[in-house]
Amino acid sequence: MNAETGIGASVLRKEDARFITGKGQYTDDISVFGQTHCVFVRSPHARAKINSINTDAAMAVDGVIRVFTGGELVEDGIGDLPCGWVVTSKDGTPMVAPPHPPIATSVVNYVGEPYAFVVAETLQAARDGAEAVEADFEILEAVVDTATASSSTQIHENAPSNQAYDWELGDKEATDAAFAAADHVTTLDITNNRLIPNAIEPRAALGSYDAASSTYTLYTTSQNPHVERVVLALFVNVAPEANLRVISPDVGGGFGSKIFVYAEETAVIWASAKVGRPIKWRADRTESFLADAHGRDHVTKAELALSSEGEMLGLRVKTIANMGAYLSTFSSSVPTYLYGTLMAGQYKTPAIYVETQAVFTNTAPVDAYRGAGRPEATYVVERIVETAARELNMDPVELRRKNFIPPDAFPYQTPVALEYDTGNYAASMGKALEIADHDSYAARKAASEGNGKLRGRGYSCYIEACGIAPSQLVISLGAGVGLFESAEVRVDVSGSVTVMTGSHSHGQGHETTFAQLVSDRLGIPFDSVNVIHGDTGRSDYGLGTYGSRSIAVGGSAIDRALDKIIAKGKKIAAHMFETTDDQVEFAEGQFSYAGSNEPKPFAEIAGAAYIPAVYPLDELEPGLSEKAFYDPQNFTYPAGSYVCEVEIDPSTGVTEIQKFVAVDDFGNVINPMIVEGQVHGGLAQGIGQALLEHGIYDADGNLSTGSYMDYAMPRAADLPDFEVDMTSTPCTHNPLGVKGCGEAGAIGSPAAVMNAITDALGVKDVPMPATPHTVWETIQQGA
Amino acid sequence: MEEQGEFVIPASPQDVWDALQKPDILKECIDGCEEMTVTEEGIFACVVAIKVGPVKARFTGTVKMVEPKPPHSYVLEVSARGGGAGFGSGRAEVNLQEVPEGTTLSYVVKGTIGGKLAQIGTRLFQSFSRKMTRTFFDRFSQRWVR
Repeated sequence: MNAETGIGASVLRKEDARFITGKGQYTDDISVFGQTHCVFVRSPHARAKINSINTDAAMAVDGVIRVFTGGELVEDGIGDLPCGWVVTSKDGTPMVAPPHPPIATSVVNYVGEPYAFVVAETLQAARDGAEAVEADFEILEAVVDTATASSSTQIHENAPSNQAYDWELGDKEATDAAFAAADHVTTLDITNNRLIPNAIEPRAALGSYDAASSTYTLYTTSQNPHVERVVLALFVNVAPEANLRVISPDVGGGFGSKIFVYAEETAVIWASAKVGRPIKWRADRTESFLADAHGRDHVTKAELALSSEGEMLGLRVKTIANMGAYLSTFSSSVPTYLYGTLMAGQYKTPAIYVETQAVFTNTAPVDAYRGAGRPEATYVVERIVETAARELNMDPVELRRKNFIPPDAFPYQTPVALEYDTGNYAASMGKALEIADHDSYAARKAASEGNGKLRGRGYSCYIEACGIAPSQLVISLGAGVGLFESAEVRVDVSGSVTVMTGSHSHGQGHETTFAQLVSDRLGIPFDSVNVIHGDTGRSDYGLGTYGSRSIAVGGSAIDRALDKIIAKGKKIAAHMFETTDDQVEFAEGQFSYAGSNEPKPFAEIAGAAYIPAVYPLDELEPGLSEKAFYDPQNFTYPAGSYVCEVEIDPSTGVTEIQKFVAVDDFGNVINPMIVEGQVHGGLAQGIGQALLEHGIYDADGNLSTGSYMDYAMPRAADLPDFEVDMTSTPCTHNPLGVKGCGEAGAIGSPAAVMNAITDALGVKDVPMPATPHTVWETIQQGA
Repeated sequence: MEEQGEFVIPASPQDVWDALQKPDILKECIDGCEEMTVTEEGIFACVVAIKVGPVKARFTGTVKMVEPKPPHSYVLEVSARGGGAGFGSGRAEVNLQEVPEGTTLSYVVKGTIGGKLAQIGTRLFQSFSRKMTRTFFDRFSQRWVR
């Protein structure tokens, strides 16, 4: 292997040359002949009955081609937007999924829900047309608040108490018994604030229909174009799957919000056949705020039972999760299988019981957002562990160490369904404390106090289940899709390699990481590997990128395809060496045989494969191209220790993060620079949640935070110079020993920040986001 | 959204009452008012151009006077639409009371706004509406100040 470009090398990202010079090709950069423009007409009301829609004035606008309303899609057989994971309630009944037409027909249930769309020659004409659409609404009482939704006006006919499901996990009796035997019980009521994803590139779609071939092509900002294609074909009934090609070109960030199948691309691809011309739509920023799936929004009561020595005996968690107005594509799995299953954290707590009630409100649908369930779980576990340590007058580090699952206990079966394959939590903790200069904290605290500031320190030891995941397990739990990944490795005649992957890169750098993997295993130059993704017309199938699954599942699929390439290469080489393939070795890009002193370079075997002179074609097919579908045996379990130190100015309530140390165990790492970048991005988003970001609806259901004037994103000045390091216990069940790094920072950091802030203020809880105003008010209440 | 306030106007309750019924006076006093007409007894139709932060729009609305008790009190029911910019509706209770300086006009307004105005203008709307109200009464009071 090549130390400059192989596995473990911090190779500069191939894709950045085009991104930083403005040469990326995003959906909105693509224009096709005859293209028209589309603007959606969105509900200004949180909940209303649509009495009538008058499109006459809109049709009269110069340049408007067609105005569509929801009823026309229904008449044409277009189905509802489905939720792809059926969660079952405690009582055995399946979740309630209210009808979710792509374009509202008789009712609107959140501000921003589309009820019509205008197709026009220009964007300006489409906007003018959209303004001229007149709807007569009968305004109905809206439900907004998560905690009280189940006792409010019923929104959907089929959902009494506004409940989607009431789910449980774990052994209730054993947990109750643990509480009965406990010396101490810590309780914590906490909320996990609603977040709005804000990828830098807004969602967009360009749909076109080719009447000559009866085929549709959809360019869109999807994290999983194959899944988009299946859903549009099978559930929404846009077109037969074979006649539908979905292309996700360069995509500027997703963070989960681009996993889902939305109204807009559905409408655009369907209408392109009606209009007979391609249709383009791109969200403006306020549309993104209104109509992208939001994240988090939990209200939780947690209780932790402990012995007087700080041994964790039982954990009870009861959560109300706000699903918004409808069940988005994977929303049901987020506060259940991606949340309750993580409640063991890094600890050997023997009894855990989790309940999640999912409720509907008249707000935008809530679905997976970076971490998806796992940040919420980590927030519960790490906030209550820290609180318990304070109540027991124990060092929070010692309390954690006492309860960590020890390294020799793996594989470890948790009481909440998961089996952790490997980990060494004390090692990550030890390294984090060392980097954080843990022992000299008292001097820093004294210095802060000398300056009239309050200093606090907080920890967070997160675990996540990612690399999602074993298909048969998730299908048995209600998932409507498998979660394997596909890869095709196509060796060219000259020995260069084209890889088609079902993973999708929207900022992750797969073109680099996957090329490193291929170059390392085949011993060929890094630059002769080309990675292609995001096109259902070019790769067989794929389940896309989310849940930090690309390297663990997509990378492993490539690795399996490479195994097949090498195996076939050995067969070809065996004929050249006049031996059998079991006698041929492959290493460092050379096929060799003990009986020959002339090893065959990979490129020579590639040439021989396509110019088949040396082997019998009745035994071996020509060519060198292999596919693999890899289905993991388990999730992967990245884990880490984060330490945060804050300094708060009591006169203004401003929190400054002065130190943030992240030590993560991602198993083996292909490109440390990319991994570090992922951690930085995750930390920025997690700190954004802790200090700044909050999606707020007013009592009438208006989104009060509909622009950057009211929704605060983290900026460079809000963030410290992160100190990032790693430990490694390689994953035991995938061929690369990798775990995945995409979400860790966002999962682990909010609890670390909030533990530090509550430590500084000497209070049990401060609601996120801890804005200066909130912190200042907390200080005033205590004074 | 709820607002209340009071202004002292240097005129008798009857004069204030009469002036408040006249569309041309109202038009002159409402900042940005482009049209104000009486469509029927106690109902005004108006067009007002406003700018709240980044939202700039021409609102078309109706103002309906209910429960008139001249010259003491009345209730206004207001609804307005600003096309893509949003909409607003509200109810204002207005009371006139004779004082040595003239008349104290007090009001309580309850209202809602929606659409773009609510999404990107909420934070600014309260100060906007206060300023608009103050401007109205400044101009209105000026009629009696020479």
